[in-house]
Amino acid sequence: MERHLMDSKIKGVSTGTTILAVTFNGGVIIGSDSRASIGGYYVSSKTINKLIQVHDRIFCCIAGSLADAQAVTKAAKFQISFHSIQMESPPLVKAAASVLKELCYNNKEELQAGFITAGWDRKKGPQVYTVALGGMLLSQPFTIGGSGSTYIYGYADAKYKPDMSKEECLQFATNALALAMGRDNVSGGVAHLVVITEEGVEHVVIPGDKLPKFHDE
Amino acid sequence: MLEESSEPGWLSEEVKTGTTIIAIEFDGGVVLGSDSRVSAGETVVNRVMNKLSLLHDKIYCALSGSAADAQTIAEMVNYQLDVHSIEVGEDPQVRSAATLVKNISYKYKEELSAHLIVAGWDKRGGGQVYVTLNGLLSRQPFAVGGSGSSYVYGFVDAEYRKAMSKEDCQQFVVNTLSLAMSRDGSSGGVAYLVTIDEKGAEEKCILGNELPTFYDQ
Repeated sequence: MERHLMDSKIKGVSTGTTILAVTFNGGVIIGSDSRASIGGYYVSSKTINKLIQVHDRIFCCIAGSLADAQAVTKAAKFQISFHSIQMESPPLVKAAASVLKELCYNNKEELQAGFITAGWDRKKGPQVYTVALGGMLLSQPFTIGGSGSTYIYGYADAKYKPDMSKEECLQFATNALALAMGRDNVSGGVAHLVVITEEGVEHVVIPGDKLPKFHDE
Repeated sequence: MLEESSEPGWLSEEVKTGTTIIAIEFDGGVVLGSDSRVSAGETVVNRVMNKLSLLHDKIYCALSGSAADAQTIAEMVNYQLDVHSIEVGEDPQVRSAATLVKNISYKYKEELSAHLIVAGWDKRGGGQVYVTLNGLLSRQPFAVGGSGSSYVYGFVDAEYRKAMSKEDCQQFVVNTLSLAMSRDGSSGGVAYLVTIDEKGAEEKCILGNELPTFYDQ
Protein backbone atom coordinates (compact mmCIF):
# COMPACT_ATOMS: atom_id res chain seq x y z
CA MET A 1 0.00 0.00 0.00
CA GLU A 2 1.36 3.32 -1.06
CA ARG A 3 1.14 4.95 2.33
CA HIS A 4 2.68 2.14 4.35
CA LEU A 5 5.59 2.02 1.91
CA MET A 6 5.98 5.77 2.21
CA ASP A 7 6.16 5.83 5.98
CA SER A 8 8.58 2.95 6.39
CA LYS A 9 11.05 4.29 3.84
CA ILE A 10 11.15 7.82 5.19
CA LYS A 11 14.29 8.72 6.99
CA GLY A 12 14.15 11.34 9.66
CA VAL A 13 11.02 12.89 10.99
CA SER A 14 7.81 11.84 9.29
CA THR A 15 4.26 12.75 9.98
CA GLY A 16 2.91 9.20 10.22
CA THR A 17 -0.45 10.75 10.43
CA THR A 18 -4.15 11.04 9.85
CA ILE A 19 -5.41 13.94 7.75
CA LEU A 20 -8.78 14.62 6.22
CA ALA A 21 -10.85 17.27 4.51
CA VAL A 22 -14.64 17.23 4.10
CA THR A 23 -16.98 19.61 2.29
CA PHE A 24 -20.31 20.57 3.84
CA ASN A 25 -23.10 22.89 2.93
CA GLY A 26 -21.36 26.27 2.77
CA GLY A 27 -17.79 25.38 3.63
CA VAL A 28 -15.11 22.84 4.20
CA ILE A 29 -13.46 21.34 7.28
CA ILE A 30 -9.84 20.30 7.19
CA GLY A 31 -8.42 18.29 10.09
CA SER A 32 -5.43 16.36 11.34
CA ASP A 33 -3.84 14.75 14.37
CA SER A 34 -0.75 16.29 15.96
CA ARG A 35 1.90 13.61 16.23
CA ALA A 36 5.28 13.59 14.45
CA SER A 37 7.40 10.47 14.76
CA ILE A 38 10.76 9.06 13.76
CA GLY A 39 10.64 5.53 12.40
CA GLY A 40 7.35 4.82 14.09
CA TYR A 41 8.90 4.30 17.50
CA TYR A 42 9.79 7.76 18.83
CA VAL A 43 7.35 10.61 19.01
CA SER A 44 9.36 13.70 18.18
CA SER A 45 6.48 16.10 18.67
CA LYS A 46 3.12 15.73 20.36
CA THR A 47 1.69 19.03 19.25
CA ILE A 48 2.77 19.70 15.72
CA ASN A 49 0.37 21.66 13.54
CA LYS A 50 -0.04 20.00 10.19
CA LEU A 51 -2.61 22.48 8.90
CA ILE A 52 -0.74 25.16 6.97
CA GLN A 53 -2.51 28.29 5.84
CA VAL A 54 -1.40 29.08 2.28
CA HIS A 55 -3.88 31.92 1.78
CA ASP A 56 -6.80 33.59 3.55
CA ARG A 57 -9.31 30.87 2.74
CA ILE A 58 -7.02 28.05 1.62
CA PHE A 59 -5.32 25.52 3.88
CA CYS A 60 -3.31 22.48 3.17
CA CYS A 61 -2.33 19.54 5.30
CA ILE A 62 0.72 17.41 4.97
CA ALA A 63 1.55 13.74 5.19
CA GLY A 64 4.89 12.06 4.74
CA SER A 65 8.35 13.45 5.30
CA LEU A 66 8.06 16.58 7.41
CA ALA A 67 11.09 18.27 5.88
CA ASP A 68 9.83 17.75 2.34
CA ALA A 69 6.37 18.94 3.27
CA GLN A 70 7.57 22.12 4.96
CA ALA A 71 9.87 22.99 2.05
CA VAL A 72 7.12 22.45 -0.50
CA THR A 73 4.47 24.40 1.40
CA LYS A 74 6.86 27.31 1.92
CA ALA A 75 7.55 27.50 -1.81
CA ALA A 76 3.85 27.07 -2.59
CA LYS A 77 2.80 29.82 -0.15
CA PHE A 78 5.13 32.25 -1.86
CA GLN A 79 3.97 31.32 -5.36
CA ILE A 80 0.30 31.56 -4.39
CA SER A 81 0.56 35.01 -2.81
CA PHE A 82 2.53 36.24 -5.80
CA HIS A 83 -0.12 34.82 -8.12
CA SER A 84 -2.91 36.46 -6.17
CA ILE A 85 -1.18 39.86 -6.26
CA GLN A 86 -0.75 39.57 -10.04
CA MET A 87 -4.41 38.58 -10.52
CA GLU A 88 -5.58 41.20 -8.02
CA SER A 89 -8.04 38.76 -6.51
CA PRO A 90 -7.98 35.88 -4.02
CA PRO A 91 -6.60 32.70 -5.59
CA LEU A 92 -8.80 29.80 -6.59
CA VAL A 93 -8.44 26.67 -4.47
CA LYS A 94 -7.68 24.79 -7.66
CA ALA A 95 -4.83 27.19 -8.41
CA ALA A 96 -3.31 26.56 -4.98
CA ALA A 97 -3.64 22.81 -5.43
CA SER A 98 -2.06 23.05 -8.88
CA VAL A 99 0.94 24.89 -7.50
CA LEU A 100 1.50 22.05 -5.05
CA LYS A 101 0.95 19.50 -7.77
CA GLU A 102 3.57 21.11 -10.04
CA LEU A 103 6.10 21.08 -7.22
CA CYS A 104 5.37 17.43 -6.39
CA TYR A 105 5.34 16.23 -9.99
CA ASN A 106 8.50 18.04 -11.08
CA ASN A 107 10.42 16.79 -8.05
CA LYS A 108 8.82 13.40 -7.78
CA GLU A 109 12.13 11.51 -7.49
CA GLU A 110 13.28 13.40 -4.41
CA LEU A 111 10.07 14.17 -2.56
CA GLN A 112 8.08 11.92 -0.27
CA ALA A 113 5.08 13.94 0.75
CA GLY A 114 1.40 14.02 -0.07
CA PHE A 115 -1.02 16.90 0.44
CA ILE A 116 -4.65 17.68 0.88
CA THR A 117 -5.69 21.20 -0.12
CA ALA A 118 -9.04 22.56 0.97
CA GLY A 119 -10.63 25.96 0.92
CA TRP A 120 -13.33 28.27 -0.27
CA ASP A 121 -13.35 30.54 -3.30
CA ARG A 122 -15.93 32.73 -4.99
CA LYS A 123 -16.06 30.67 -8.18
CA LYS A 124 -16.79 27.16 -6.95
CA GLY A 125 -17.35 27.51 -3.24
CA PRO A 126 -15.97 24.86 -0.89
CA GLN A 127 -13.56 22.39 -2.50
CA VAL A 128 -11.15 19.61 -1.55
CA TYR A 129 -8.18 18.51 -3.66
CA THR A 130 -5.74 15.65 -3.11
CA VAL A 131 -2.18 15.76 -4.41
CA ALA A 132 -0.81 12.24 -4.20
CA LEU A 133 2.80 11.11 -3.92
CA GLY A 134 3.72 11.17 -7.61
CA GLY A 135 1.92 14.40 -8.37
CA MET A 136 -1.63 13.34 -9.27
CA LEU A 137 -4.28 16.01 -8.63
CA LEU A 138 -7.82 14.93 -7.86
CA SER A 139 -10.92 16.79 -6.71
CA GLN A 140 -13.26 14.97 -4.33
CA PRO A 141 -16.15 15.84 -1.97
CA PHE A 142 -14.07 14.50 0.90
CA THR A 143 -10.74 12.79 1.26
CA ILE A 144 -8.61 11.11 3.91
CA GLY A 145 -4.85 10.61 3.95
CA GLY A 146 -1.84 9.55 5.95
CA SER A 147 -1.05 6.23 7.58
CA GLY A 148 -4.02 6.39 9.92
CA SER A 149 -6.48 6.81 7.07
CA THR A 150 -6.32 3.08 6.24
CA TYR A 151 -8.39 2.31 9.32
CA ILE A 152 -11.18 4.76 8.60
CA TYR A 153 -11.94 4.05 4.94
CA GLY A 154 -14.87 1.90 6.00
CA TYR A 155 -16.14 4.49 8.48
CA ALA A 156 -15.81 7.40 6.04
CA ASP A 157 -17.50 5.49 3.19
CA ALA A 158 -20.38 4.54 5.47
CA LYS A 159 -20.93 7.85 7.24
CA TYR A 160 -20.27 10.59 4.70
CA LYS A 161 -23.35 12.32 3.31
CA PRO A 162 -23.25 15.15 0.79
CA ASP A 163 -24.56 18.57 1.96
CA MET A 164 -24.11 18.05 5.69
CA SER A 165 -24.55 20.94 8.10
CA LYS A 166 -21.49 22.41 9.80
CA GLU A 167 -22.23 20.62 13.10
CA GLU A 168 -22.76 17.24 11.43
CA CYS A 169 -19.54 17.70 9.48
CA LEU A 170 -17.58 18.64 12.61
CA GLN A 171 -18.91 15.51 14.32
CA PHE A 172 -17.99 13.34 11.31
CA ALA A 173 -14.44 14.76 11.13
CA THR A 174 -13.88 14.50 14.89
CA ASN A 175 -15.14 10.92 15.02
CA ALA A 176 -13.02 9.90 12.04
CA LEU A 177 -9.86 11.41 13.56
CA ALA A 178 -10.58 9.84 16.95
CA LEU A 179 -11.10 6.39 15.43
CA ALA A 180 -7.92 6.60 13.36
CA MET A 181 -5.86 7.87 16.28
CA GLY A 182 -7.19 4.98 18.35
CA ARG A 183 -5.90 2.35 15.92
CA ASP A 184 -2.78 3.90 14.35
CA ASN A 185 0.22 4.10 16.63
CA VAL A 186 1.86 6.90 14.65
CA SER A 187 -1.19 9.17 14.87
CA GLY A 188 -2.21 10.81 18.11
CA GLY A 189 -2.08 13.84 20.33
CA VAL A 190 -4.78 16.43 19.83
CA ALA A 191 -7.18 16.87 16.94
CA HIS A 192 -6.76 20.08 14.95
CA LEU A 193 -9.74 21.17 12.88
CA VAL A 194 -10.16 24.27 10.73
CA VAL A 195 -13.57 25.33 9.45
CA ILE A 196 -13.36 27.45 6.29
CA THR A 197 -16.40 29.34 5.00
CA GLU A 198 -17.07 32.49 3.02
CA GLU A 199 -17.22 34.41 6.30
CA GLY A 200 -13.85 33.34 7.59
CA VAL A 201 -11.69 30.71 9.21
CA GLU A 202 -12.27 29.08 12.60
CA HIS A 203 -9.75 26.90 14.45
CA VAL A 204 -10.98 24.15 16.72
CA VAL A 205 -8.54 22.18 18.86
CA ILE A 206 -9.80 19.11 20.66
CA PRO A 207 -7.44 17.73 23.31
CA GLY A 208 -7.00 13.98 23.58
CA ASP A 209 -9.21 13.52 26.61
CA LYS A 210 -12.12 15.37 25.03
CA LEU A 211 -12.20 13.23 21.89
CA PRO A 212 -15.21 10.96 21.43
CA LYS A 213 -14.79 7.54 22.99
CA PHE A 214 -16.00 4.32 21.44
CA HIS A 215 -17.09 1.01 22.79
CA ASP A 216 -13.84 -0.41 24.10
CA GLU A 217 -12.42 2.69 25.76
CA MET B 1 2.76 0.42 -11.31
CA LEU B 2 3.92 -1.30 -14.51
CA GLU B 3 3.97 -5.09 -14.41
CA GLU B 4 7.41 -6.44 -15.35
CA SER B 5 6.61 -10.16 -15.65
CA SER B 6 4.89 -11.47 -18.76
CA GLU B 7 3.56 -14.61 -17.14
CA PRO B 8 0.33 -14.59 -15.14
CA GLY B 9 0.52 -14.49 -11.37
CA TRP B 10 -1.15 -17.84 -10.76
CA LEU B 11 1.79 -19.71 -12.29
CA SER B 12 4.28 -18.48 -9.75
CA GLU B 13 2.58 -16.76 -6.84
CA GLU B 14 1.40 -18.43 -3.67
CA VAL B 15 -2.34 -18.77 -3.33
CA LYS B 16 -3.59 -16.52 -0.53
CA THR B 17 -6.98 -15.79 0.81
CA GLY B 18 -6.21 -12.05 1.09
CA THR B 19 -9.53 -11.52 2.67
CA THR B 20 -11.96 -9.97 5.07
CA ILE B 21 -13.35 -12.10 7.90
CA ILE B 22 -15.47 -11.10 10.85
CA ALA B 23 -17.17 -12.82 13.77
CA ILE B 24 -19.44 -11.30 16.43
CA GLU B 25 -21.22 -12.60 19.52
CA PHE B 26 -24.82 -11.92 20.41
CA ASP B 27 -26.87 -13.18 23.31
CA GLY B 28 -27.53 -16.77 22.34
CA GLY B 29 -25.09 -17.26 19.47
CA VAL B 30 -22.60 -15.88 16.98
CA VAL B 31 -22.55 -14.57 13.42
CA LEU B 32 -19.53 -15.21 11.16
CA GLY B 33 -18.95 -13.54 7.81
CA SER B 34 -16.39 -13.61 5.03
CA ASP B 35 -15.83 -12.53 1.45
CA SER B 36 -15.09 -15.09 -1.29
CA ARG B 37 -11.99 -14.01 -3.18
CA VAL B 38 -8.83 -16.13 -3.43
CA SER B 39 -5.87 -14.51 -5.15
CA ALA B 40 -2.47 -15.69 -6.43
CA GLY B 41 -0.51 -12.48 -6.90
CA GLU B 42 -2.81 -10.24 -8.89
CA THR B 43 -4.91 -13.04 -10.36
CA VAL B 44 -8.17 -14.06 -8.74
CA VAL B 45 -8.07 -17.86 -8.83
CA ASN B 46 -11.39 -18.46 -7.11
CA ARG B 47 -14.13 -15.86 -6.80
CA VAL B 48 -16.65 -17.94 -4.87
CA MET B 49 -14.69 -19.68 -2.14
CA ASN B 50 -16.48 -20.17 1.14
CA LYS B 51 -13.97 -19.24 3.83
CA LEU B 52 -16.25 -20.24 6.69
CA SER B 53 -15.21 -23.77 7.47
CA LEU B 54 -17.04 -26.22 9.71
CA LEU B 55 -15.15 -27.52 12.72
CA HIS B 56 -18.16 -29.09 14.40
CA ASP B 57 -21.97 -28.85 14.27
CA LYS B 58 -22.07 -25.55 16.14
CA ILE B 59 -18.47 -24.41 15.76
CA TYR B 60 -17.12 -22.74 12.62
CA CYS B 61 -13.87 -21.04 11.79
CA ALA B 62 -13.08 -18.23 9.35
CA LEU B 63 -9.93 -18.63 7.25
CA SER B 64 -7.42 -15.97 6.20
CA GLY B 65 -3.80 -15.82 5.06
CA SER B 66 -2.28 -18.65 3.04
CA ALA B 67 -5.15 -20.74 1.64
CA ALA B 68 -3.31 -24.04 1.94
CA ASP B 69 -2.20 -23.46 5.51
CA ALA B 70 -5.63 -22.31 6.64
CA GLN B 71 -7.48 -25.22 5.05
CA THR B 72 -5.05 -27.74 6.49
CA ILE B 73 -5.38 -26.36 10.00
CA ALA B 74 -9.16 -26.43 9.71
CA GLU B 75 -9.17 -30.05 8.51
CA MET B 76 -6.81 -31.18 11.26
CA VAL B 77 -8.87 -29.51 13.95
CA ASN B 78 -12.09 -30.91 12.50
CA TYR B 79 -10.65 -34.40 12.89
CA GLN B 80 -9.29 -33.76 16.39
CA LEU B 81 -12.62 -32.32 17.51
CA ASP B 82 -14.53 -35.35 16.23
CA VAL B 83 -12.30 -37.63 18.26
CA HIS B 84 -12.55 -35.34 21.30
CA SER B 85 -16.33 -35.13 21.19
CA ILE B 86 -16.63 -38.93 21.06
CA GLU B 87 -14.28 -39.21 24.03
CA VAL B 88 -16.24 -36.77 26.18
CA GLY B 89 -19.59 -37.98 24.91
CA GLU B 90 -21.08 -34.57 24.14
CA ASP B 91 -20.66 -31.55 21.89
CA PRO B 92 -17.25 -29.91 22.32
CA GLN B 93 -16.83 -26.45 23.79
CA VAL B 94 -15.92 -23.56 21.53
CA ARG B 95 -12.94 -22.92 23.76
CA SER B 96 -11.66 -26.45 23.08
CA ALA B 97 -11.85 -25.92 19.33
CA ALA B 98 -10.05 -22.59 19.66
CA THR B 99 -7.37 -24.18 21.82
CA LEU B 100 -6.75 -26.89 19.23
CA VAL B 101 -6.36 -24.24 16.52
CA LYS B 102 -4.11 -22.21 18.78
CA ASN B 103 -1.89 -25.22 19.52
CA ILE B 104 -1.21 -25.81 15.84
CA SER B 105 -0.74 -22.08 15.09
CA TYR B 106 1.71 -21.67 17.95
CA LYS B 107 3.70 -24.84 17.44
CA TYR B 108 4.22 -24.19 13.73
CA LYS B 109 4.19 -20.42 13.87
CA GLU B 110 7.37 -20.08 11.78
CA GLU B 111 6.12 -22.29 8.96
CA LEU B 112 2.48 -21.30 8.81
CA SER B 113 0.99 -18.00 7.78
CA ALA B 114 -2.70 -18.33 8.39
CA HIS B 115 -5.02 -16.71 10.87
CA LEU B 116 -8.23 -18.39 11.90
CA ILE B 117 -11.06 -16.85 13.89
CA VAL B 118 -13.03 -19.53 15.76
CA ALA B 119 -16.64 -18.93 16.74
CA GLY B 120 -19.60 -21.02 17.82
CA TRP B 121 -22.17 -21.88 20.44
CA ASP B 122 -21.97 -24.30 23.34
CA LYS B 123 -24.32 -24.81 26.24
CA ARG B 124 -21.83 -23.74 28.87
CA GLY B 125 -20.76 -20.38 27.48
CA GLY B 126 -23.35 -19.46 24.86
CA GLY B 127 -22.03 -17.65 21.80
CA GLN B 128 -18.25 -17.12 21.84
CA VAL B 129 -15.64 -15.66 19.46
CA TYR B 130 -11.93 -16.48 19.81
CA VAL B 131 -8.93 -15.04 17.94
CA THR B 132 -5.88 -17.24 17.42
CA LEU B 133 -3.50 -14.86 15.66
CA ASN B 134 0.13 -16.06 15.75
CA GLY B 135 -0.64 -18.56 18.47
CA LEU B 136 -2.36 -16.42 21.04
CA LEU B 137 -5.82 -17.31 22.34
CA SER B 138 -8.15 -14.51 23.26
CA ARG B 139 -11.90 -14.25 23.59
CA GLN B 140 -13.44 -11.05 22.24
CA PRO B 141 -17.00 -9.75 21.74
CA PHE B 142 -16.19 -9.41 18.03
CA ALA B 143 -13.14 -9.87 15.80
CA VAL B 144 -12.10 -8.86 12.29
CA GLY B 145 -9.22 -10.28 10.31
CA GLY B 146 -7.57 -10.52 6.92
CA SER B 147 -6.16 -7.84 4.65
CA GLY B 148 -9.48 -6.05 4.29
CA SER B 149 -9.92 -5.66 8.01
CA SER B 150 -7.53 -2.66 8.20
CA TYR B 151 -10.00 -0.53 6.28
CA VAL B 152 -12.91 -1.22 8.57
CA TYR B 153 -11.35 -0.89 12.04
CA GLY B 154 -12.75 2.61 12.30
CA PHE B 155 -16.21 1.50 11.18
CA VAL B 156 -16.45 -1.44 13.58
CA ASP B 157 -15.07 0.62 16.49
CA ALA B 158 -17.74 3.25 15.87
CA GLU B 159 -20.69 0.99 15.15
CA TYR B 160 -20.33 -1.88 17.60
CA ARG B 161 -22.65 -1.74 20.57
CA LYS B 162 -23.01 -4.29 23.35
CA ALA B 163 -26.11 -6.47 23.42
CA MET B 164 -27.09 -6.26 19.75
CA SER B 165 -29.82 -8.58 18.53
CA LYS B 166 -29.22 -11.39 16.06
CA GLU B 167 -30.60 -9.38 13.15
CA ASP B 168 -28.52 -6.30 14.10
CA CYS B 169 -25.41 -8.48 14.19
CA GLN B 170 -26.15 -9.92 10.76
CA GLN B 171 -26.63 -6.42 9.36
CA PHE B 172 -23.44 -5.23 11.06
CA VAL B 173 -21.47 -8.10 9.51
CA VAL B 174 -22.91 -7.52 6.03
CA ASN B 175 -22.21 -3.77 6.18
CA THR B 176 -18.65 -4.33 7.37
CA LEU B 177 -17.93 -6.90 4.67
CA SER B 178 -19.37 -4.66 1.98
CA LEU B 179 -17.23 -1.69 3.02
CA ALA B 180 -14.06 -3.77 3.22
CA MET B 181 -14.72 -5.49 -0.10
CA SER B 182 -15.10 -2.15 -1.84
CA ARG B 183 -11.74 -0.85 -0.59
CA ASP B 184 -9.50 -3.94 -0.44
CA GLY B 185 -8.26 -5.30 -3.75
CA SER B 186 -7.79 -8.74 -2.22
CA SER B 187 -11.38 -9.04 -0.97
CA GLY B 188 -14.46 -9.32 -3.13
CA GLY B 189 -17.00 -11.58 -4.75
CA VAL B 190 -19.94 -12.64 -2.62
CA ALA B 191 -20.47 -12.51 1.12
CA TYR B 192 -20.96 -15.69 3.11
CA LEU B 193 -22.71 -15.57 6.46
CA VAL B 194 -23.11 -18.26 9.08
CA THR B 195 -25.39 -17.76 12.10
CA ILE B 196 -24.92 -20.26 14.91
CA ASP B 197 -27.22 -20.62 17.90
CA GLU B 198 -28.65 -23.33 20.13
CA LYS B 199 -30.68 -24.76 17.28
CA GLY B 200 -27.77 -25.15 14.87
CA ALA B 201 -25.90 -23.37 12.11
CA GLU B 202 -27.56 -21.52 9.26
CA GLU B 203 -25.49 -20.69 6.16
CA LYS B 204 -26.34 -17.85 3.86
CA CYS B 205 -24.81 -16.39 0.72
CA ILE B 206 -25.35 -12.77 -0.32
CA LEU B 207 -24.56 -12.02 -3.94
CA GLY B 208 -22.44 -9.03 -4.94
CA ASN B 209 -25.33 -6.99 -6.30
CA GLU B 210 -27.41 -7.55 -3.17
CA LEU B 211 -24.79 -6.13 -0.81
CA PRO B 212 -25.52 -2.74 0.78
CA THR B 213 -24.03 0.22 -1.09
CA PHE B 214 -22.67 3.39 0.41
CA TYR B 215 -22.09 6.95 -0.68
CA ASP B 216 -19.88 6.65 -3.74
CA GLN B 217 -21.23 3.43 -5.21
